[in-house]
Amino acid sequence: MTSAKSPLMGSGRLIDENSFKERMIVLFTKWETLLALLFVLEIVVFSNITPYFLDYFNLMNASFTFMEKAVMALPMIFVIMSGDIDISIASIIALVSFAMGYAAESGVDTAGLILIGLSVGTLAGMFNGFFITKLGMPAIAVTLATQSLFRGISQAVLEDHAYTTYPESFAFFGQGYVGDSLIPFELVLFLALAVIMGFILHKTTYGRQLYAIGNSKSAARFAGIYVDRVRFINFTLNGLFCGIAAILLTSRIGSTRPNIALNWDIETITLVVLGGVSIMGGRGTVPGVTVAIFLLGYLKFGMGLLNISAKIMIITTGVLLIIAVLLPNFLDLIKAKRKLRLQQVRQN
Amino acid sequence: MKNMVLTLSLVLILASGTVFAQAQQEAADEELKLVLLVKSLGNGFFEAVADGGVEAAGELDNVTSIYMGPSTATAEGQIEIIESLIAQKVDGIAISANDPDALVPVTKKAMKAGIQVISFDSGISEGGRTIDLAPSAAELIGRQQVQLIAELVGYKGDIAILSATSQATNQNIWIEWMKEEIKKPEYKDMKIVETVYGDDAADKSYREAVGLMQKYPNLAGIISPTTVGVLAASKAIEDEGMKGKVQITGLGLPSEMQHYVENGTCGQMALWNPIDLGYTSTYILEALVTGKAEGKPGDKISVGRMGAVTVGEGGASIMGVPFVFNADNIAKFAAMF
Repeated sequence: MTSAKSPLMGSGRLIDENSFKERMIVLFTKWETLLALLFVLEIVVFSNITPYFLDYFNLMNASFTFMEKAVMALPMIFVIMSGDIDISIASIIALVSFAMGYAAESGVDTAGLILIGLSVGTLAGMFNGFFITKLGMPAIAVTLATQSLFRGISQAVLEDHAYTTYPESFAFFGQGYVGDSLIPFELVLFLALAVIMGFILHKTTYGRQLYAIGNSKSAARFAGIYVDRVRFINFTLNGLFCGIAAILLTSRIGSTRPNIALNWDIETITLVVLGGVSIMGGRGTVPGVTVAIFLLGYLKFGMGLLNISAKIMIITTGVLLIIAVLLPNFLDLIKAKRKLRLQQVRQN
Repeated sequence: MKNMVLTLSLVLILASGTVFAQAQQEAADEELKLVLLVKSLGNGFFEAVADGGVEAAGELDNVTSIYMGPSTATAEGQIEIIESLIAQKVDGIAISANDPDALVPVTKKAMKAGIQVISFDSGISEGGRTIDLAPSAAELIGRQQVQLIAELVGYKGDIAILSATSQATNQNIWIEWMKEEIKKPEYKDMKIVETVYGDDAADKSYREAVGLMQKYPNLAGIISPTTVGVLAASKAIEDEGMKGKVQITGLGLPSEMQHYVENGTCGQMALWNPIDLGYTSTYILEALVTGKAEGKPGDKISVGRMGAVTVGEGGASIMGVPFVFNADNIAKFAAMF
């Protein structure tokens, strides 16, 4: 490998690993880069089609509609990264929102509601984690069960009624702006959480452990990683973040109904997978998912501006997802072929 | 790899090109953009609402009717759409709400941005819209049911009512109005003999209908103001061989009742007509946007072929008596809902 700097001739083509072209190829075969390009393209296209897209107020305002899902996507990166799945998150939102609504009816103030929201979410996440790691049950089965259970509690009590009496100050979290600016509080909160989660995943031992577990649970165990403890923490984090998202959503719409956040589990997993996190575990980044969140959020907004039917949006999301699942494998194949050719060239 | 990026970009640009052409056309003429926002897409009832909006837009000057809805019937989906409608500064939105309260913050935002907001079919709480258009009112529904059965039985005979549950608020108020209507002199030869409850379950409703026919040999007609009941009772009448002897009317879904209406078991029945809802909503929005009406209680808004709608307390307004379906028109509506 020491000869990498000296260009080698082979098959009539010149290949240098450190050349500008080679580095560009590495950069442009990254899913995150492609996503970012797609995002830029999206902005250019929509700005040209409609005068309402590239408008500071509109872009800021539109972010309200997808920030809760964005918050839910962050810990889901950890869960999927380590080879697990959690399909109960939308139901945790329903449960948390129900708990806060019930408390608000009996006169609990805003600070109390926040505390209840965060603790109920965390407990629900720990409940999942307990069954999955302590009793060794498959994550898909446990969260399938709690998906019904958590929402079921809200359905059983509320039926077709709703909790709508929240304190006035509670509206800030989902409807408020930072100071006098047009920047939604939800947006700032998400970005702060994304930085924290990105730091944990990419800069700490815990993050490295997640990648290791995702690639091989047994190898990680042999390497001395407390696999089940890490997974338990993941599910607990998932619950906590669902608690945060539930506070934001309930505050934004000021109402709790059993069907709150319906289908958001699948929509959140969509964001994570589109962001380049491998559903098999072991691969993915926080920046990738962050770009995917804004890509999909503003795609929906842009298509909404053009009054394009929701049916087309579903199809578009589906196509993007298939690309997201297929392309990394396809790129890997191409990279492997280039590596092979590079080696063959060297051997000659 | 460059090829792939290039291809991807090309595909997107091509795709956007087609949309581009569409969007430019829309922007070319300065028409009022009036939106019908429904609970969810892929529902025949709401597709018919959209048809009504297009019909009204054709009659009114300078109106484009836009039909939108989320892919699943959730408040969150509707909020996303309303945010984008605010951003593109449409002129008016008529909403059939998935949640009366959850939409209030965002529709308030829309109204603050100068957009007229009304609700229809399934209302938004006061403060989140100016007018709420209900398809009909309890009194109109109750009185009409008696009129329909009277026409079928020739204004004489014993009448029974097959309702939903005994606690069903809607049905109970309608039945009160039926009893009120039948006091009128033209119904002096008619009598309501009993009200039974099928609990909105097909099998129980069926058994209750059969029971009525056995208990009252002179039974002339059944009124069933619930879609489950009217269907079950029609089947019971046909199965018992009482077709022609016992008449049935009620509130029924055209798609479910087509068979019985066309073969004469059920001579006529009623329900709100979604086309009229879309049509009337669009007319009301146009009147509010152009300033022809303010939407204050007491205002009379003229709504084309539907006559006029009077705005009631708190913006609650009523479209009119339910639409009557018979053998001549049922096929057309059965295809919709």
